[in-house]
Amino acid sequence: MATLKQEKNNKNAKLSKVVDEKKEMLELYKQMFLIRQFELACGENYTKGNIRGFLHLYIGQEATAVGSISCLNDKDYIVTHYRDHGHALARGLDVNRSMAELFGKASGLSKGKGGSMHLFDSGKKFMGGHAIVGGQFPLATGLALACQYKKTGGLVVCFFGDGSTNQGTYHETLNLASVWNLPILFILENNKYGMGSSIDRVRAGGEDFYTGANTYDIPAAQVDGMDVLAVKEATKIAIDKVRQNGGPFYLECKTFRFVGHSLADGQKYRKTDEIKEWEKKDPLIKFPEWILSAGIANKIDLEKIHEEVNQKVKEAVNFAETSLEPKPSELYDDIYKID
Amino acid sequence: MPEIFMREAIKMGLNEALENDPNVLIIGEDIGAYGGAYAVTDGFLKKFGPERIKDTPISEATFIGTGIGAASAGLRPIIELMSMSFSLVAFDQIVNMAANLRYMSGGQIDVPMVIRAPTGAGVQLAATHSQSFETWLAEVPGLYCVCPSNPKDALGLLRTSIKTNNPVIFAEPALLYGIKGEVPEEYYEIPLGSASVSKEGEDITLLSYGAGISVINEASKLLSKKNISAEIIDLRSLNPIDYKTIGKSIKKTNHLLALDTSRKNGGIMSEVVSNVQEDFNDWLDGPIIRVGAKDVPWPYNKNLEAAAYPSAKNIVTTVLEKLIKV
Repeated sequence: MATLKQEKNNKNAKLSKVVDEKKEMLELYKQMFLIRQFELACGENYTKGNIRGFLHLYIGQEATAVGSISCLNDKDYIVTHYRDHGHALARGLDVNRSMAELFGKASGLSKGKGGSMHLFDSGKKFMGGHAIVGGQFPLATGLALACQYKKTGGLVVCFFGDGSTNQGTYHETLNLASVWNLPILFILENNKYGMGSSIDRVRAGGEDFYTGANTYDIPAAQVDGMDVLAVKEATKIAIDKVRQNGGPFYLECKTFRFVGHSLADGQKYRKTDEIKEWEKKDPLIKFPEWILSAGIANKIDLEKIHEEVNQKVKEAVNFAETSLEPKPSELYDDIYKID
Repeated sequence: MPEIFMREAIKMGLNEALENDPNVLIIGEDIGAYGGAYAVTDGFLKKFGPERIKDTPISEATFIGTGIGAASAGLRPIIELMSMSFSLVAFDQIVNMAANLRYMSGGQIDVPMVIRAPTGAGVQLAATHSQSFETWLAEVPGLYCVCPSNPKDALGLLRTSIKTNNPVIFAEPALLYGIKGEVPEEYYEIPLGSASVSKEGEDITLLSYGAGISVINEASKLLSKKNISAEIIDLRSLNPIDYKTIGKSIKKTNHLLALDTSRKNGGIMSEVVSNVQEDFNDWLDGPIIRVGAKDVPWPYNKNLEAAAYPSAKNIVTTVLEKLIKV
């Protein structure tokens, strides 16, 4: 009897592992698909004039945000750059309120005062989209100092692009994080271009960045940023190290944006061939292909996700469109905290 | 009331905050082992330990930004910047982060942080170390900006600066660390945005702040010899500005002289007098007089620096000239 029960338990355990795996893989796909559809809807609404200012889309880089953020818990902080929609959605920020923020509506995450480049949700410890290149580094250091000082067990993930690595704050922050042994996971999204400037033209030291972390005595690794599972696995290892040692880790994700720097970008600085080459690695094609071929889920499972996400994005656009503008009287709100 | 040095008053405020609130920590260059460039934090490392007295590398942008991040996660950091002139290296963090974070997040993030920095000329540190950028920072919505002229105000303003949940620029006139003044033994605070009438008078209002107050005091004494009774207002807070106190005084004296010890061009008084002119013109019996430092980079040489710095004598001459005209 005992043996039979044991066998049954083992079988159940295996089964639940498969179920969990399916759930996890589909969730990763769903998040990436959500980001892609959200970004496409943003582009469309930019053309319609519903979204103004600068709009930087995350199309092509989805695997990086989704793979890495899936490893965090609710004690962990995120700070990022201005191409921030992907990180916000991967962190589970409200889709309606994110879209409403882009539309500049009072129901937006920042009440319509931040826009595309400044998404925040302090409740989810999502501490911004930051639009001065490299400006977010010191903020990450401070958040990590607070985690260390209060012994919360949390860490900070600081996303940044290759373009920011020539700013002083990048080097200053790597140094300080190492000197103070702060719990920060630096995630470089190396998409090869800072706006229109290819790293070949603006960087001394070759196409790899992670080797430079050595200068600051920070352990580092590089991963294929187009492969969501590889990013997830690498992030897990990195986070384990940060939690174990207390100190920083540097993870370089090699990735690519399939679209221009912003919607105003004609991409004169690069060749279509290069974009086409990278599109072959599109995580929104490669990952579902793998899911199907590995037999983790079937086409119907994926279609269900497509339907659900498309509906969600449609609703978000509708929510944003029908939300109210901030009142003129709100102009002076939230400059100072009233003591 | 005991008389203490300005640096002691500031130290007292910091010590009190560190003792009362475990979330307060001090971050800056050479504030710990060295004891602070102006010895304000001397002894703190031993008393409060390296977790709370945090010596940093020379990376102003990064340690100020670190303060902002720590503040936004619930700590109450006090940053010591070795010179107000060094704020230039960290302007992005101070303006784009500390000041804007709350507004652009729709009120989600508070930044309870104080940035203390010695400011101003008069100690022969030449062009790069003598500037008064509190006048630039005072323009930025989201920041408070104060500058005391005496030990009592320094302690009272520091208490409220540490207590507020907003970022504060706390400018400390470098010339004044070594001056003494009476400080009450009982606990008191000075609200941000409150000017003080440090001397009452009838004929003209003399308005300044920080190191300018000693120049004004001297000018007032010289004017009294000419039978001109001056009322002295110490602005104390550059953002917000206490127009109520200024207006009340103008209604009484009907004349105003405003002094900046920073460069006259673009000094905070250009903003103040412009608003005074708009709101209190009917009460003015003569042109507003503005005096400031010469519009030059600060020179090292003692005589040249003195020539650039506004003097009491200069104020008196200007007042006599303009008042007689009226």
